[in-house]
Amino acid sequence: MFNYLRRNRSLLVGLGLLTILVLFMVIGAFTVDTDNAQPLSVQALQPPSWDYPFGTDRQGRDLLAVMVAGTPLTLWIGFVAGFIGVGVGAALAFTAAYYGGMVDTVIRSIADIGLTIPGLLVLIIIAVSLKGSLSVNQMAIVVASLAWLNPTRTIRSQVLTLRERGYVEIARLNGMSGPEIIVRELMPNLLPYLAATLVSSVSAAILASVGLEVLGLGPVESPTLGMTLYWVFFNAAIINGWWWWWTAPLVIILTVFLGLFFLTVGLDEIANPRLRRAI
Amino acid sequence: MSQSNSALLRVAGLRVAYDHPLGTVRAVDDVSFTLRPHERFGLAGESGSGKSTMSLAILRMIKPPGHIDGGEVWLEDTPVSKLSPDAVRRLRLAGIAMVPQGSMNSLNPVVRIRDQIGDAIADHGTRLSRRDLAARVRTLLGQVGLPPETASKYPHELSGGMKQRACIAIAICLRPKVIIADEPTSALDVVVQRQVMETLGRVQADLGAAVILVGHDMGLMAQFVDRLGIMYAGRLVEVAPIDQIITAPRHPYTRLLIDSLPSLERKGGLRGIPGLAPLLRDLPPGCAFHPRCPRAEARCSIDKPEVRQVAPDATAACHFA
Amino acid sequence: MHAGIEDMVKVYQQKFGLDKPLWRQYLNYLGDVSQGNLNYSIANYPRTVVSMIRDALPWTVALLGLTTLFSFAAGTFLGALLAWPGAPRWLQWFMPPLWALHAIPFFLLGLVLMYLFAFQFQWLPIFGGYSAGATPSLTWTFTLDVLRHAILPALSIVLVSVGGWALAMRGMMVTTMGEDYVTFAEAKGLRSATIFTRYCIRNAILPQTTGLALALGQILSGAVLVEVIFGYPGIGALLFQAIEENDFFLIQGIVFTVIVALGFATFVLDILYPWLDPRISYRRA
Repeated sequence: MFNYLRRNRSLLVGLGLLTILVLFMVIGAFTVDTDNAQPLSVQALQPPSWDYPFGTDRQGRDLLAVMVAGTPLTLWIGFVAGFIGVGVGAALAFTAAYYGGMVDTVIRSIADIGLTIPGLLVLIIIAVSLKGSLSVNQMAIVVASLAWLNPTRTIRSQVLTLRERGYVEIARLNGMSGPEIIVRELMPNLLPYLAATLVSSVSAAILASVGLEVLGLGPVESPTLGMTLYWVFFNAAIINGWWWWWTAPLVIILTVFLGLFFLTVGLDEIANPRLRRAI
Repeated sequence: MSQSNSALLRVAGLRVAYDHPLGTVRAVDDVSFTLRPHERFGLAGESGSGKSTMSLAILRMIKPPGHIDGGEVWLEDTPVSKLSPDAVRRLRLAGIAMVPQGSMNSLNPVVRIRDQIGDAIADHGTRLSRRDLAARVRTLLGQVGLPPETASKYPHELSGGMKQRACIAIAICLRPKVIIADEPTSALDVVVQRQVMETLGRVQADLGAAVILVGHDMGLMAQFVDRLGIMYAGRLVEVAPIDQIITAPRHPYTRLLIDSLPSLERKGGLRGIPGLAPLLRDLPPGCAFHPRCPRAEARCSIDKPEVRQVAPDATAACHFA
Repeated sequence: MHAGIEDMVKVYQQKFGLDKPLWRQYLNYLGDVSQGNLNYSIANYPRTVVSMIRDALPWTVALLGLTTLFSFAAGTFLGALLAWPGAPRWLQWFMPPLWALHAIPFFLLGLVLMYLFAFQFQWLPIFGGYSAGATPSLTWTFTLDVLRHAILPALSIVLVSVGGWALAMRGMMVTTMGEDYVTFAEAKGLRSATIFTRYCIRNAILPQTTGLALALGQILSGAVLVEVIFGYPGIGALLFQAIEENDFFLIQGIVFTVIVALGFATFVLDILYPWLDPRISYRRA
């Protein structure tokens, strides 16, 4: 296992970055007082110091507390939306690819049309239409509503490639039923590919949720990473020179995206043996 | 059939190897032969015997992880193996031309046929006006039996046989001295096969060129070539005039190959050659053929037989030839 | 006083048709849109949605259009060179930073660039499409001003996008270089440059262009956020403003316009495709 990690450097880097993130969240949960993530908890606009390692913002939040409280929230939204996206997407993909015909045409057309429309805009409309501000879970559902489009398409094309392989033909001749073939023959071969799709789906979901939040359409009361950036822009923190306010969320978001990106590349290498580097 | 001994193309001691994580693959192992002017020379062998590698090696097109380890190639007086990369590039098509295998995919799908002939002519230093090029293309297409409209078509608009003949047209456009045809008829049906081979024979006669026909179809070889070389596991195990090979093969492998040809006179079961060709990176000691050879003796697994002259115009690599 | 406001609300509701049942409103909407009437902006009354969009759209089209074309061209060419064994070795050094950059969203890079160049080094303006108080006109000074303001938003988009295109093209090139027709091209004794352009790039660019068509939506989403943080007066910033003001009509109008524009762009690419790849034809076989 370790030998493989040494060869698949992307996987190593990805897992490493994500581990750092998890450690930050776990250690933080135990050592930092997350009550200070609420406004008016501490002195406002303090640059980083021993008392406040990440500084404080204009509304009197301890930014370290905000990061510790907010990172899991952002990740949670991403994971929930990503999982729902791949779950629904895989189900639709298998159905479309296996049964073909009208079913396939309908599913494929909806997915294709949905993909051409810029997702953020649709999400904006949805978020604006929902009266009142969103909770974190509602945010996840909103993002999930579009998250299934890409997985459906990519998984479907993978299944179509695999469907023509010999062992599927043999299973069919042996009398296996459609759903049975899907579960027993196709799934195990798709697992690495599904894992890669899941990771990129989570990454896309986090991107969408952060995007919505920066526009002010997210869960306004929660200290998520995107909302923090919203407050940064709202208070013109860049021009005012309060650099610590946006540095912390920026670094964490970068770690999340880079970590997930390298993880995707690493998983792609496992899923597609042709990409494997020969030593 | 040419009786003169002057060589048009001379290959001496050619060695090509590929680096593989599991071992070095000797694709071409000390192969020597000569090609005479106007001659039709066949190079036959099973898949993996090294014959395609040989054609690439002659044109110096071997890429990493492959490398030419030794030997020389001479085209008349030109030492092909010692030329600069640019000189080799100019020699290709103009001196030695290749008709590729798998014509299904050998033509650029987004370029018209006339431009695929045109770019070869242009890159070899000849500037032609559009009208002259069109005329030249028309002549070439005529030589291979293709209608003039073919010039403005794209490859996907042509049938398999037409594509292959288009490749022949490209191969002869600079009047080469040697044409290497690498399995030109694989994936074609017999009727089209005959057309293509006839075309090849005709253009060869028109040009006065020599042809090396690489393949594994012994029947095709028997009908087309003057002399035949048999390759096995990277070595040239027998070379002789075609009549001699068919009627009196010297090497046991050749004998089995001839015997395996179905015949209209003799009815009976199909005769094959037992066993499989060895992996080129894992050759048996001594003679590479000995595990499958009906004549093998103890010394065959120890002594690798050298290529010897066994008749005025024939060589073989066997202890008992 | 209270009664007065309620009456005003009722009058507005009637005017905008908000008191009718939903399906009726939808039909009205379709009717209006087909006549090019996207209604008035609720928050900026009496300006119409169409006029507001008309002011903002050229900025976005210019920014997005130019940066996308540039990133695509530069990235594709870079990717092709990276795959070609004959290209200079030092090019490979470009890959890791571009690769890492392309994983982050446009607006995050925009944030960093803004801080570095506008705040810290004060080389470039912080935000806006042009300096406050400048009057739009076709003079040289104004154009320069616009360009200065556009550099940072453009850079955020370009630096992130180039890596993606380069990576994709490199992959396509590797596949293409392994094809039989490239081997034959070499056997034909063609020059290296000819093989590179006419045989490899010419074929690898086909799936690359498909990728462009599919990525348009995403690029737009990213650009919206870039405009917001830079205060660049394009469609994205307008949308943000509309969201803040709960201006439904403006939001609807913008989304509608964007989708139509994207549909058009995709359509154009679809038309171009058979010209690029002669194997594709829209006629019945």
